[in-house]
Amino acid sequence: MALLFLRRIVQTALILLGVAAITFLLLYALPADPARMIAGRSATAQTVANIRHELGLDQPLLSQFGTYLGNLLHGNLGRSYAQKTEVWTLIVARLPATLTLMLAGIVVEVVLGLTLGTIAALRRGGPVDRLVMMASFVGVSAPQFVVALLLLYLFAVTLGWFPMSGYGTFAHVVLPATTLGVLGAGWYARMVRSAMIDVLNQDYVRTARAKGLSSRRIILRHALPNAILPVIAMIGIDIGQFMGGVVVVEAVYGWPGIGQLAWQAIQQVDIPIIMGVTLTSALAIVLGNLIADLIAPVIDPRIRTR
Amino acid sequence: MFKSWLRNTTMATVVALAPFSAMAQAASQGGDIVVTYKDDITTLDPAIGYDWVNWSMIKSLYSRLMDYEPGTPNLVPSLAESFTVSPDGMTYTFKLRKGVKFSNGREVVASDVKYSIERAVDPKTQGPGAGFFGAIKGFEDVTGGKATTLSGIETPDAGTVVFNLSRPDATFLHVLAINFASVVPKEAVEAAAGDFGKKPVGSGTFVLKDWTIGQQLVFEKNPNYYVKDVPHIDKFTVEVGQEPLVALLRLQKGEVDIAGDGIPPAKFLEIKNSADGAKMIVDGAQLHTGYVTLNTKIKPFDNVKVRQALNMAINKDRITRILNGRATPANQPLPPLMPGYDKSFTGYAYDVAKAKALLAEAGYPNGFETTLFSTNTDPQPRIAQAIQQDLAAVGVKAEVRALAQANVISAGGTEGEAPMIWSGGMAWIADFPDASNFYGPILGCAGAVPGGWNWSWYCNKDLDARAVAADSMSDPAKSAERTATWSKIFTDIMADAPWIPVINERRVVAKSLRMGGADNIYIDPTRVINYDAIYVTK
Amino acid sequence: MHVLKSLIRQPSALFGLLVVLTVIILALAAPLIAPFDPDNQLFEGLSLEGAPLPPGGQFLLGTDTLGRDLFSRLLYGARTSLVIGLVANGIAVTIGLFIGIVAGYLRGFFGNVLMRFTDLMMAFPALLLAIVLAALLRPSLWIVAMVIALVNWVQVARIVYTETRGLVERDFIMAERSLGAGHGRILFLHILPHLMPTAIVWGTLGIATTVLLEATLSFLGIGVQPPQPSWGNIIFESQSYFQAAPWLVFFPGAIILLTALAFNLVGDALRDILDPTQRGRG
Repeated sequence: MALLFLRRIVQTALILLGVAAITFLLLYALPADPARMIAGRSATAQTVANIRHELGLDQPLLSQFGTYLGNLLHGNLGRSYAQKTEVWTLIVARLPATLTLMLAGIVVEVVLGLTLGTIAALRRGGPVDRLVMMASFVGVSAPQFVVALLLLYLFAVTLGWFPMSGYGTFAHVVLPATTLGVLGAGWYARMVRSAMIDVLNQDYVRTARAKGLSSRRIILRHALPNAILPVIAMIGIDIGQFMGGVVVVEAVYGWPGIGQLAWQAIQQVDIPIIMGVTLTSALAIVLGNLIADLIAPVIDPRIRTR
Repeated sequence: MFKSWLRNTTMATVVALAPFSAMAQAASQGGDIVVTYKDDITTLDPAIGYDWVNWSMIKSLYSRLMDYEPGTPNLVPSLAESFTVSPDGMTYTFKLRKGVKFSNGREVVASDVKYSIERAVDPKTQGPGAGFFGAIKGFEDVTGGKATTLSGIETPDAGTVVFNLSRPDATFLHVLAINFASVVPKEAVEAAAGDFGKKPVGSGTFVLKDWTIGQQLVFEKNPNYYVKDVPHIDKFTVEVGQEPLVALLRLQKGEVDIAGDGIPPAKFLEIKNSADGAKMIVDGAQLHTGYVTLNTKIKPFDNVKVRQALNMAINKDRITRILNGRATPANQPLPPLMPGYDKSFTGYAYDVAKAKALLAEAGYPNGFETTLFSTNTDPQPRIAQAIQQDLAAVGVKAEVRALAQANVISAGGTEGEAPMIWSGGMAWIADFPDASNFYGPILGCAGAVPGGWNWSWYCNKDLDARAVAADSMSDPAKSAERTATWSKIFTDIMADAPWIPVINERRVVAKSLRMGGADNIYIDPTRVINYDAIYVTK
Repeated sequence: MHVLKSLIRQPSALFGLLVVLTVIILALAAPLIAPFDPDNQLFEGLSLEGAPLPPGGQFLLGTDTLGRDLFSRLLYGARTSLVIGLVANGIAVTIGLFIGIVAGYLRGFFGNVLMRFTDLMMAFPALLLAIVLAALLRPSLWIVAMVIALVNWVQVARIVYTETRGLVERDFIMAERSLGAGHGRILFLHILPHLMPTAIVWGTLGIATTVLLEATLSFLGIGVQPPQPSWGNIIFESQSYFQAAPWLVFFPGAIILLTALAFNLVGDALRDILDPTQRGRG
């Protein structure tokens, strides 16, 4: 187990290195010159050349990447081109907001998804099942910004139950987290229902049933742990999905997270920020997967035997 | 992600309005207001900040030798008490106002002025404004890394600054009024260790009290400012990350006083036609021209007849209608409010038949295929499509390529890459209200280089010589003659038709009902929102 | 034939099938049905103040912000969205299925390398990949489909991998193995059928996601280039008109929803029909 863990840590580091290398290469290939974006319209060619030199952009690709990696190993993500501030400072200032939002979103979708999925699986084929599945279809088919705007108009503008935008209190987090969670809840409900029906059809469950175990016990003891496996895999995957959704949701609700930081940096070709945000989100995604993989054997004994 | 079209105007906006008499009305003192923007404030370092959001905040945090009367393009001494210009226009001498203090308590002295401008020029600063100071003696030595101080700036005593120029520059007083000439204290810059943009210290009307990254900035009135009763408000809070649409809803609810990104097209008519609409909308002309560049180095745009034909093919009235009337058709590069705009010039009238005839004359009776670049934020792709449809009517099939702004700028500056570019979202807005600022980088030979902004790649040596001559007329007595010279340069350009001037867009700002002051201080020609002049009505 | 008959027997699946067929027919017959040229910006299509016209009268579903007929644009947009939905998602599911099975079944070094590559791709923010491709490639329908496929296969691969790992441990596979069955036989006869439900669930749900992703890409400037309509870029061009001209968001939004719903219903029914573990068991 310890060895496995160590191996995964090394793998994680390698993945991050891979992400850093590919991102750097892609950004380097972009036909847009950061120096020109910083210099603005009135700058002379000399000013642009000076800026390029100061940023080290006139160095060859490999030497630029080497410098970047060297700094990275010292925990230095560099300074933003446009803001001239440490990228790390900018990310740290915004990370709590994004983490709060993601956590709240995950809670919403897991609770909704597990509940609805289980109910649907138990009432398979019945009107409740149909209703739940229909709702989950609507959830997964609705464009996120439309959901965001709908909730905003309904609950913030018209009813005034929640603040329209901002950050800090529980009331602020409700609408953004719901927007993020609704989409995922639809997916989860479907996954849980599929997995659970599969499980309920397995021979050992049939046996358990034949032995006279109560449905409730079967679900809690056998079906739920099995149905949870794909859900955990989904949460790991969702961290990547969330990063995308976060950009939309943060924008609509004025949520001060890294989604907004990334969006602004992309517009300005602010490469150190793009790199920093990419690596941070890659780290989050990789950790999510790692945790999912480590938890899976605990829940499903069949994998543990390996 | 909902774009207001105004947020696309990334650079310093310089706006001008028809003359207003409202400046005379008395402003009441006091009050806290809330201003919103979509994008976070990038920096408040005056040597670096160069976008239209931080532009007005930097204006208020710092002071400069010269400034403008609020709401007008008229230059006045600010940190300078008085100044003299030598008859040959090569030497400027400024006497500093006495007793002006930075917010750290130290008095502003002449060496601070020298330091601040040298800092803006120093390549190590990585600032975009160095080029503006090109006329000061010793400029090349500093940008070339041969010197760290500008030999052309002298400080004979703590209250006097002398500028020696290497060439006459009729715009030099304007240069000393732009943000890059803001005066900063050396010790604060050094103490901030690279983060001066987040820890600004100046001698302007406001002081930055608090900055929560990604959320808000709090500015408080500088009680020691050297002009009595300026500014009027006690405090303004800038909330960032606010969608223009949401900001507007909050403004209607009274939670926000100024929606900095303006009114999204979708909401414009609704608000305009609402009961309080007229009082909430500030709608004014700015020094802006939206144009299509025709790349003179790409066939068939190397043929002047083709360029003239396309100038006749665009239905500009329909485009202004798509913009809900927030723009007027343009016929020359200069916007109407810029000194030098030729009212009698008519340009090329919309005439499909004549355009077709001219194309046939040029050897393209059946038109041709080409590509029209545009940025990809609303409403620019829609305007590009409108232009595309007009071109199709004369047989020109233009494929629209809507890309991120950085990519369009890159394509424009690459020789032979972009046949046509719709300038929307990147259009030229002057750094200061002078016609010369509309020529050099975008229509002159200097800009027609790889990485330049002259996307027509148009270079007319004769016009360049006339431009240099005009900029040498620094004697105020020759001001009218200079303006006339510039006026002729811009109308003569249209004979070669390197651009299709399409529209002059107006700027629209939304403010709450309690905000007072004339419209032109919300669309100030030189600083967008003039935080020094706005006030809250009691 | 058996599948089709089973499908038709379920009312919800029948409904889904009918909607899918209707959309396909409307897309194919767009030139015959559309009352206007979808790209024609009609002068009478805007109010005097430049506002789009509401549904009714000359324009069945109203006009967009350039004065184009919304109904015609939706019809032509169906073509774009369907092609992208089917092609991109088909490719994504195929790649994901292949990599997931191979990695989950082989494991060992090769399987590990495959999954680490998947992890690498998954750790990559899709947005960035899309933007860079936008700058490097000439945006077109097929490029958009490719970008979406490149972004989407990873999730399928991951799920399939997890499921394959679980399946490999099951008794019946163990038994097959001990009986000396070849890898090919086990993979295609025993593992693949068990994964079909997953593939179908993802294949159908993925179409909705794909249409939405296409809209996001349009917005980023690497979507289908204007004026070619797609449901995605119709919404994105008019998104801020949510309040002022709700039909511009509501109609395409409802159509995306209905189409996605239909694909989901069909896929769901297919899942029940195709799943061998359930066949004949009631």
